[in-house]
Amino acid sequence: MATNMPKATVAIVGMGWVGGVIAAELTKAGHDVVGFERGKSRSTADYYHVHDELRYANRYELMQDLSKETVTYRNNEKITALPMRTYGSFLLGNGLGGAGVHWNGQYFRFLPYDFQIKSKTVERYGAGKIPEGMTIQDWGITYDELEPYFVKFEQMAGISGDPTTVDHVGKMSQPFPIGPMKQSPAVKLFRDAAAKAGFQAYTMPSANLADNYTNPDGIERAACQYCGYCERFGCEYGAKADPCVTVLPVALNTGKLEIRTFSNVTKIVHDGKKASGVQYIHVPTGEEYFQPADVVILASYVFSNTRLLLLSDLGKKYDPDSGTGVIGKNYCYQVLGAGTTAYFDDKEFSTFMGAGALGATVDEFNGDNFDHSELGFLHGASISLTQTGLRPIANNPTPSGTPSWGKDFKATSIKYANRSLSVGAQGSSLPFRHHYLDLDPTYKDAHGLPLIRMTFDFEDQDKNLVKHLAAQTKKIADQMGATKTETRDAMTTYNITPYQSTHNTGGVLMGDDPATSAVNNYLQMWDADNVFVCGASAFAHNSGYNPTATVGALAYRTAEGVGKYLAKGGSLV
Amino acid sequence: MAKDGADRPQDESRRRFLKYTGTAVGGLVVGGVVGGLIGSQAKNAKEEPAPSPSGSAPAASNERDYNQALMFFNQEQFQTAEAAAERIFPTDDLGPGAKDLGAAFFIDHQMAGMYGTNARDYMTPPFQTAEAYQGYQLAFKRQELMALGLDALDEYSQDKHQSAFVKLSEDLQDEVLSAFEANEVELKGIPAATFFTMLRNLTIEGVYADPLYGGNKNMTGWKMKSYPGNQMSYYDAIEKDGLVKYEPQSLHDHLTS
Ligand SMILES: Cc1cc2nc3c(=O)[nH]c(=O)nc-3n(C[C@H](O)[C@H](O)[C@H](O)COP(=O)(O)OP(=O)(O)OC[C@H]3O[C@@H](n4cnc5c(N)ncnc54)[C@H](O)[C@@H]3O)c2cc1C
Ligand code: SF4
Repeated sequence: MATNMPKATVAIVGMGWVGGVIAAELTKAGHDVVGFERGKSRSTADYYHVHDELRYANRYELMQDLSKETVTYRNNEKITALPMRTYGSFLLGNGLGGAGVHWNGQYFRFLPYDFQIKSKTVERYGAGKIPEGMTIQDWGITYDELEPYFVKFEQMAGISGDPTTVDHVGKMSQPFPIGPMKQSPAVKLFRDAAAKAGFQAYTMPSANLADNYTNPDGIERAACQYCGYCERFGCEYGAKADPCVTVLPVALNTGKLEIRTFSNVTKIVHDGKKASGVQYIHVPTGEEYFQPADVVILASYVFSNTRLLLLSDLGKKYDPDSGTGVIGKNYCYQVLGAGTTAYFDDKEFSTFMGAGALGATVDEFNGDNFDHSELGFLHGASISLTQTGLRPIANNPTPSGTPSWGKDFKATSIKYANRSLSVGAQGSSLPFRHHYLDLDPTYKDAHGLPLIRMTFDFEDQDKNLVKHLAAQTKKIADQMGATKTETRDAMTTYNITPYQSTHNTGGVLMGDDPATSAVNNYLQMWDADNVFVCGASAFAHNSGYNPTATVGALAYRTAEGVGKYLAKGGSLV
Repeated sequence: MAKDGADRPQDESRRRFLKYTGTAVGGLVVGGVVGGLIGSQAKNAKEEPAPSPSGSAPAASNERDYNQALMFFNQEQFQTAEAAAERIFPTDDLGPGAKDLGAAFFIDHQMAGMYGTNARDYMTPPFQTAEAYQGYQLAFKRQELMALGLDALDEYSQDKHQSAFVKLSEDLQDEVLSAFEANEVELKGIPAATFFTMLRNLTIEGVYADPLYGGNKNMTGWKMKSYPGNQMSYYDAIEKDGLVKYEPQSLHDHLTS
């Protein structure tokens, strides 16, 4: 029997960026919040010895312990899904701050096109342009409506970037609070090459502080030191915007947030119309508790958000055969196959230095910034060169044809360790009817509950996108004065083994129609108005960018919505 | 080539660190390491201009390294692992190979710990035949796969060349390893290529991981690659052209009492 806890106004499941932003906003407004986090607590004090590639990058110190819970995966419905037993394709956050602790901080607002992808595509190319089985839909919100919330996230996190924007992205009502990151020679080379190729490159907007910064909440943080241990690591300077050094301390400082770590939420208790609270397991003791709350907020990332709804039987489960139902729909990812590596026999770069979001980007081939009439795909990719800091276990660049071990491998990988640069395209991922999430029939987590099952593969859309974008990366790389360049333009089956990106999206879509979406544009559930489901799970597709800017903006909008709901109740739209 | 930083004492970067984090002390939040560093900085300051611990380290070859002993392998497995790792990352004009860098000790230590026992991997049955793109699906723990694989290297060498793997010529050792890499070896249910890939990856890790794990002896793996280990800050260097050289530092240099 679960022990009953005293009632809270708001229960938030997950203490990452989403949970942190919402907790800060609600507690500042005077509401009592209990935050549940299945992992441990964290602070910058834990990062004094963080410059350890083996421990953090190769052994995934900061990520979810897969022995307790993982996902299962299959390419299509004909084969048996098997568990992701070891880490590969993506790295799930765990513990205070979630993945916001070990992210890079590359910050991009999604494009105006993204939010109205279907109507804008039909408007420009006709309905026939959308291929059979592709389930793109509008998001139920426009870029302009979301714009003020981007600003809030930027001010809070201290985003660094150019004072003006290029032509191809959404307008900003306020510039970034901090100027751009420093420019390394490699980044400069890319920018010059992009200009020669006829493109407008801009400094990658960054959540690694380019300068010391005090945010509107009074949080002071130090500038980034370009230490080269950013992605997969915590920042010992607090320079990388991370929930633990921004929103969570603000929320805690109000005295209105209680964080319960090692508390794994297993169920939303509800009567089909409203939730009464959440059930959770205190992981160290295995004891079960029930936390009553007026409002329940899921901020537990794409997989847990979807899984908790399915485990709780809340919302209509998606059925890929009929295309009806919504929970689990439109799982999307990121298409990263296109890129060109440049090898320099007579030039060296200090690529071991760097910061998670040090780089420059070109957007001519992102979204609908170019004509797709004659192309076999929609949307596109951002093209960037980043200098995130290359570390020696992982950094063994060798031109194709070089063996992966032995004498030649050693000599070649050492030669090019500081003599190669890569131009990469981060492609959008558009939804298909048979790409979805549901509960696995066989495999269970440490508590005996079914794992989430992913059914996903790359389609012709993705393969054609990669071919086209690869050619653009080559155009730029060929202008960098390298001895030789090698382009990757082939995309095959989705493979769970190599790391690609932790930009998983979908499952609990936002929209303006309860038949095709699970939450409205405040991320409030259509089927239970005191449940809000937040994060990239709300994305109807994934853009050619990293997701967190848009995740963060939506979290601010949700916080505003929850405030309104607590005042008045009912549906917010 | 710029030689900036080679003789720059470690304190310089710490001072920069403090300069920046110091400004944060008055704020609502203070980075947790600030306190610790201020303490250590105060200590270092007294010792100035004493060289950094790494700079003053005695020639390690004169010292016994008590960390070089076996936690998991038996003696034969160790020797086989050492010989195989040396072929994967051989000694050449650039510098030492995996053997002298201690990679086999690294592998032994890793196999004895949580990586070797797949402590943080999902090891719940049923184990089923997988498509290649579904990743590792073996019921074996890494340490079991490693031990079986090393024994198999020997068995295969005996079969083919009537000799233990360690006694084969370098060319023949390469031939044996290539057969494993190409999965051309029948191993009673053990996937030879999976074993080989694991051994290859562990060898590279043993060459380049922080020396605290038993490999990359004296940071020589890093030095060969002009990798500076971990430095506190590149704030002043990030805009510089070319390869900026540093005397590498290991996590040992971060230990402050
Ligand atoms: C290596 C890496 C690099 C990245 N780089 C970038 C980048 O440069 N730019 C960018 O935009 N994005 C990047 N991302 C993505 C970014 O980190 C995420 O978009 C963001 O952190 C998601 O925040 P979230 O709050 O939605 O989820 P999370 O950070 O995953 O937080 C969810 C939290 O919920 C907890 N939780 C889950 N289930 C339960 C449960 N049942 N009970 C209790 N607690 C639970 C988890 O432990 C976790 O702490 C990166 C991600 C990774 C892994
Ligand atoms: S690169 Fe900058 S933001 Fe990233 S961990 Fe290092 S100091 Fe922090």
